[in-house]
Amino acid sequence: MRLFIPAIAALVLAAPAWAQNAPLAAQACLSCHGANGAGQGGVPGLAGRDRAELVALMAAFRANERPATIMGRITRGYSEAEIAASAEYFSRQGR
Amino acid sequence: MNTSRRALIGAAITAPALVQAQTQARLLIIGGGFGGATAANFARRTYPWLQVTLVEPKTSFVTCPYGNLVLGGFRQIGDITHSYDGLRARGVTVVHDWATGIDANARNVRLQGGQSLGYDRLILSPGIALRWGAIEGYDEAAAETMPHAWVPGDGTQTLLLRRQLEAMPDGGVVGLAIPGNPFRCPPGPYERISMIAAYLKRHKPRSKILALDAKEAFSKQGLFQDAWAALYPGMIEWVPANRDGRVVRVDPRAMEFETEFGTRHKLDVANVIPAQTAARIAASAGLTDNSGWVPVNPVTFEARAAANIHVVGDANIPGPMPKSGFVANTTAKQAVAAAAAALRGEAAPEAVYFNTCYSHVGDDYGISVVGVFRPNAEATAIVEVPNSGGVSPRGNLPEQRRLEATYADSWYASITRDMFG
Repeated sequence: MRLFIPAIAALVLAAPAWAQNAPLAAQACLSCHGANGAGQGGVPGLAGRDRAELVALMAAFRANERPATIMGRITRGYSEAEIAASAEYFSRQGR
Repeated sequence: MNTSRRALIGAAITAPALVQAQTQARLLIIGGGFGGATAANFARRTYPWLQVTLVEPKTSFVTCPYGNLVLGGFRQIGDITHSYDGLRARGVTVVHDWATGIDANARNVRLQGGQSLGYDRLILSPGIALRWGAIEGYDEAAAETMPHAWVPGDGTQTLLLRRQLEAMPDGGVVGLAIPGNPFRCPPGPYERISMIAAYLKRHKPRSKILALDAKEAFSKQGLFQDAWAALYPGMIEWVPANRDGRVVRVDPRAMEFETEFGTRHKLDVANVIPAQTAARIAASAGLTDNSGWVPVNPVTFEARAAANIHVVGDANIPGPMPKSGFVANTTAKQAVAAAAAALRGEAAPEAVYFNTCYSHVGDDYGISVVGVFRPNAEATAIVEVPNSGGVSPRGNLPEQRRLEATYADSWYASITRDMFG
């Protein structure tokens, strides 16, 4: 098992750039949150944030448990699987 | 040799082998606006095995979004003008020419300059054509006096309308003729009214805006009218069709609009937003229906009349989605993904479409409409996801308005980078 970890790490490092592209469901996020979710002006960044934190945040927006300007209206349109895949992607992006 | 070195070498060998196993294919894109530029950039980012060529006559692109802020004096035309150099740097071949015809059987596009380009998949994002003559007297010559400023081209129309507003005396009347549905950018005329009002309030406060509309309701109506009453009291008169708001004739010499029931309105500045259809190439390729727009497959955005040609942007009939830059962007990505899948013999990916339209209505005052859409279970139509989307809440909510104005600016910066960066 010890040897397995560097092997995976090497594969990830050597993975071609397009393997790190945002999933289709997350593509719309980029149109306000910036390239790779890096943030843009007053719109907060998503890149490099904890996956579980992002999933919990979206769940709170969906349930109207967190004040929102527009994210409540947005998150209610997405499935849990789409939110999980998007959170996974953004959590892997450099800040 | 340790394991990690062996793995590195293995990965280095495997990756190019995968690339070679991919199909080499030609993706041709007509139109370099919100649909086409998005498609080109997304295709190169996501599917490096696609050879991407973009055909666009203009050497730089002036956006429709934020054109109203130029009219209001909040932006300069240079702020909303974008170069194609970023796409070239991504490996897109950009050809500045007019596409004059499509041969769907031969998979070939003719250009005005004489060249013809073959393709394996075509993304057609040609935008709209104005219906000259739909309002009597409104033709291209009339637009020199009564600008439409709805198809920005090189920005000339927007700047003409801006200069006319600057030259108008205080106490003048600005008239707008607004079309029925469907048309490009449903909240656009009302954001325009707001931005012109913001300018007049500052510089020509005795002036009036007379908005004559061919319909009886409009996008974000309650929010706009709340804002007009609060920010520009007494300045804006909006006249719906059932109160004789439909303009049927214009007289550029007399600077008059004439309505359905014969009322004549004398104006100092006149902005005519005529009815529209898909751009001419969509019709000449046989892709439009009787409505003048292109019906499309809700999952792949292929034209109903020609599989293999994906039609995105304002030229198509997007079901309940508006003709917006955001919808052009989100559907262009799905269309490219579907084209790439088809080229590899795979099924199109599951689709989800998204829209947010922000409108600026005054200083630090923004409002929005949001929609999330999907193909229905039978994949015969696009439907809005229940309980999602909707417009900003009404009421006295200054922090919400301020935030939405800043988010609008972030949207503009982000989406233009997603297209051209």
